[in-house]
Amino acid sequence: MSELAISVKDLTKNYGARVAVSHATFDVPYGTICGFVGPNGSGKTTTIRMLLGLVRTTGGTGEILGESITHPEKYLPKVGAMIEGPAFYPALSGKENLNVLASLGGFSKDRVQPLLEKVGLGDRGNSKFKTYSLGMKQRLGIAAALFPNPKLLVLDEPTNGLDPAGIQEVRELIRDLASDGTTVFVSSHLLSEIEMISEYLVMLREGKVIFYGKTAELLAQQQPVIVAKGKKVSDLKKLLKIAIDSGHTASIIDGAVHVISDSSFAAEFNELAFDAGITLSSLNAVLPTLEETFFEMTGE
Amino acid sequence: MWHVTFSELRKLRRPSLFLGTMGAVIFFSGLFSSLLFLLIDSPQGNGDRGRMIGREILALPTGGVRGFASVGSFLGIIALCVFAAQTAQEYTYGTLRNLLVRQPSRMKILVGKLAAMKIFAIIMVVLAALVSISASILLAPRAKVNTDLWFSAAGKSAILETFINVIISVIGFGIVGMILGLLFRSPISAISLGVLWLLIVENLLVAVKSNTEKWLPGSNLSAIAQGGTPTLEYKHALIVGAAYVIFGALVAAGLFKRRDVSN
Repeated sequence: MSELAISVKDLTKNYGARVAVSHATFDVPYGTICGFVGPNGSGKTTTIRMLLGLVRTTGGTGEILGESITHPEKYLPKVGAMIEGPAFYPALSGKENLNVLASLGGFSKDRVQPLLEKVGLGDRGNSKFKTYSLGMKQRLGIAAALFPNPKLLVLDEPTNGLDPAGIQEVRELIRDLASDGTTVFVSSHLLSEIEMISEYLVMLREGKVIFYGKTAELLAQQQPVIVAKGKKVSDLKKLLKIAIDSGHTASIIDGAVHVISDSSFAAEFNELAFDAGITLSSLNAVLPTLEETFFEMTGE
Repeated sequence: MWHVTFSELRKLRRPSLFLGTMGAVIFFSGLFSSLLFLLIDSPQGNGDRGRMIGREILALPTGGVRGFASVGSFLGIIALCVFAAQTAQEYTYGTLRNLLVRQPSRMKILVGKLAAMKIFAIIMVVLAALVSISASILLAPRAKVNTDLWFSAAGKSAILETFINVIISVIGFGIVGMILGLLFRSPISAISLGVLWLLIVENLLVAVKSNTEKWLPGSNLSAIAQGGTPTLEYKHALIVGAAYVIFGALVAAGLFKRRDVSN
């Protein structure tokens, strides 16, 4: 068996003259949590739809759980998915909606209640879907995705509409599933969430993959930043000049001087500031967050 | 495929849809059949479009199912609406993607859904037959219609024949609804276009040029339910109706199989 849960090469989708996804190539190893990020309209959902056989590819090849994406019937029984938000029948209750999917997939109805409880809807299963809040709808979508005891779970924006406690629960759920060996492929616009849970990352921009690999490797490639604040606001411009005069790229962001340099410059910067009669109120060497890296790489 | 059928039946049996539809079927089947006997002496006629259906005609072996046959087109329109809504709502709710992730074979989805909706249509027809024939039996003595022949072998054969014809017609209308649902991907568009065509456009076309009736889908499917009409032979209606249904189903199935699911 392949060591890759997802492997695509040159995956392309054109809608007439418009290129939605262009030669996307990436791999996702088994048992990892892989974040799938990109600005709106970058082709994330189209890629997910191609992986699930909902949209025909224009070009390229791909394998999911070792099976070609041209034969989704071979791998979909082992895949759980929630694509572009939860979609259910409004006039049916949450439980009835899951019963519909249980009948369709040939799953036991006995699994419905435990799944509802797993996502925190145990006591609301008999309420109609149309009465659910957005967060409850998301939870039901996740419950539906868990039906087949998936080897691969594909979640498109699973934390949309959830409150902070709900986001934390979904995070824990994803971690639990991954610890049991499930590969989780999750797209989200909450990059801090992705950074917290994803060991792997696929980043899209304008339909093209601009990075895939370990999240830690991506962040390690980024230049660290020294963030300094003077005791007085008027010190900021002087600090900026000191940093630039010492040959570094620097700027003032949110009331602090950001100097692109590794931590070795921090002590020297402190000394130079002291010599110029400036007392620093804070001095930190930080690695850029995924969000900052994302903005830099996607040019957003 | 049967998994799809069972799953679809769960949706079809929801009380608002099932009880609402069956309520309408009971009411209109009872009404159509009752009027046939209650208005038997009315100068305005007791049949559709003011036609007079006298005691001697109602006393024939087919008299007991006359009302049932005439309610066939109405059942067909109900089936068209239900089939169209059940098909198109998968697009508007976005639930088609859930179905296709759990059952990637699009043809199995389509055939499974059709099987479930056929079961729904058969329940409708059985109910309509029971109500309609019961109303006819109850009201015939009051209208002084002799019912001896209704219970003869010929009468029983007429019941079976009409039942089969109504089922063919209703399922034909339903498949037309399903085709419209697949083509328009919106319940409102599919139902409004279907009903507008059947109730208004076809009648206008026939009023303007009567021989167009022979080639219109709704007229032919309605004629099947009645076992043929004075202007449309049963065999002709069956061939033309089947041609429309088969051609439409092939086009719609081809589109459904190939089309990207992007909503």
